[in-house]
Amino acid sequence: MDTTDTTPIIPKPVKQKRFAGFRKSLTDFFASLYNINSFIIRFFKEAFLPPYEFKEIIRQCYETGVRSFTLISLTGFIVGLIFTKQSRPSLAEFGATSWLPSLVSIAIMRALAPLVTALIAAGKVGSSIGAELGSMRVTEQIDAMEVSGTNPFKFLVCTRVLATTLTIPILATYTGLISILGGFLNVYVNEGTSYRTYIGQVFDPLSFIDFTAALIKSIVFGFTIGIVGCYQGYNSSSGTEGVGKAANGAVVTAMFLIFIEEITIVQITSWFR
Amino acid sequence: MEKQKAPIDHKNAVIRVHGLKKAFGDYEVLRGINLELYQGENLVVLGRSGTGKSVLIKVISGLLQADAGTVEVLGQNIDQLTTRELQALRIRIGFSFQNSALYDSMTVRKNLEFPLVRNRRGIGRKEIDTSVERVLEAVGLAQTINQMPSELSGGQRKRIGIARTLILNPEIMLYDEPTAGLDPITCIEINELINEVQERYKTSSIIITHDLTCAKQTGDRIAMLLDGKFQREGSFEHVFDTDNARIKPFFDYNFIK
Repeated sequence: MDTTDTTPIIPKPVKQKRFAGFRKSLTDFFASLYNINSFIIRFFKEAFLPPYEFKEIIRQCYETGVRSFTLISLTGFIVGLIFTKQSRPSLAEFGATSWLPSLVSIAIMRALAPLVTALIAAGKVGSSIGAELGSMRVTEQIDAMEVSGTNPFKFLVCTRVLATTLTIPILATYTGLISILGGFLNVYVNEGTSYRTYIGQVFDPLSFIDFTAALIKSIVFGFTIGIVGCYQGYNSSSGTEGVGKAANGAVVTAMFLIFIEEITIVQITSWFR
Repeated sequence: MEKQKAPIDHKNAVIRVHGLKKAFGDYEVLRGINLELYQGENLVVLGRSGTGKSVLIKVISGLLQADAGTVEVLGQNIDQLTTRELQALRIRIGFSFQNSALYDSMTVRKNLEFPLVRNRRGIGRKEIDTSVERVLEAVGLAQTINQMPSELSGGQRKRIGIARTLILNPEIMLYDEPTAGLDPITCIEINELINEVQERYKTSSIIITHDLTCAKQTGDRIAMLLDGKFQREGSFEHVFDTDNARIKPFFDYNFIK
């Protein structure tokens, strides 16, 4: 007896399912946006109300600076050196190597210093904040802080975000200076330009708006690194996997946002030039 | 060792919970809990893993919000408190976490100082040191003062966790699985410590556990949590003097015959 089922197979409503999945993703996306927004609003509500955590802010500033100092020094110097080295042949074709210091300073101060600093800090500081707070969340240390009469948001989040917002501009300025030093090494080796002449040429093309834009960028980048790291860590889910995700999410999201902010700020400042 | 009875004031309830409900998604963990903790009493909440025992004390301490019902702690309804008022109330409640929740980045001394420095602004160095030494002696770990939490054993971590809550002289102690993951000898030591704390600091406590030795040694009253409700309540003997097919095995499996 033939037992083959001859009933026509009714296709599953794939499109409907896909649509349902899409709708869920969309809902999750907007829910995340809402949560991030609430987190940022809470930061502004709590950060500027007493009691102030000055001691902890200073400690976090130190941590942020120290954590990135070596890497930033090395990267900044190499960026300046390599950028000058790579730009030299193009300028040499037009006999314009004397413009190298100006080119280096414009590229570094306007774009590279804040961007390189922010990317390094996102990797070093952002991931560290995400992992630290994530670990504190899963081991109930944040709850312990809360039940012992301490506001953990103020103590852990506000201090870290303020620290990164204050420290990244300082680090970016330092990166700029160390990169210019890297550029000087190349210029000195190839042309024997004195340090005094080089510095004069470096700062000559820079305007007030360049410094202001770099400062604003660094502040925005610093805030982004801090708030993203804290958001990911503070809201991490249970387990060690959650800690890893928080650290990873802190880096990836911060870097993505930094690039978007870079483009936006460059566009805005170009209207004022 | 049998618990030495401390006087219980049955007229004075320090915690009153009425009709408490709490759900996570579709799963209703607590389905109408009614509870009263009296002054000087040790109440043990027994139950299997995942029955909502820890959720109950997290709601009582304000770490989680109830979906329905009222929670009154030391005469204050926690749902109606402002953030600042809740913070002030929490200082009067000690919470000992299952995994101790010691701050990894701080030494034992800093861990103990933290709640004190945060809540008593302007406190002097001498007073801090005296308080730290006092609670460390109370838990019998004076020698660990400069150690990091990672250098301590599980039992030591539990003791330091308890010491950290004691530094603020709480009126109520909430213990979340105080003996979980410890060897039997250390379990007994922790149980003795819970009783010592009650006698010395005149605290009222809720002890969350599934360890019957702990329940028997520390509890003045036992409440058995099953299916989101207290199914049986009373003395240790009364709770297990039953043929209830879901309570009896709990006793049988704990004590290997």
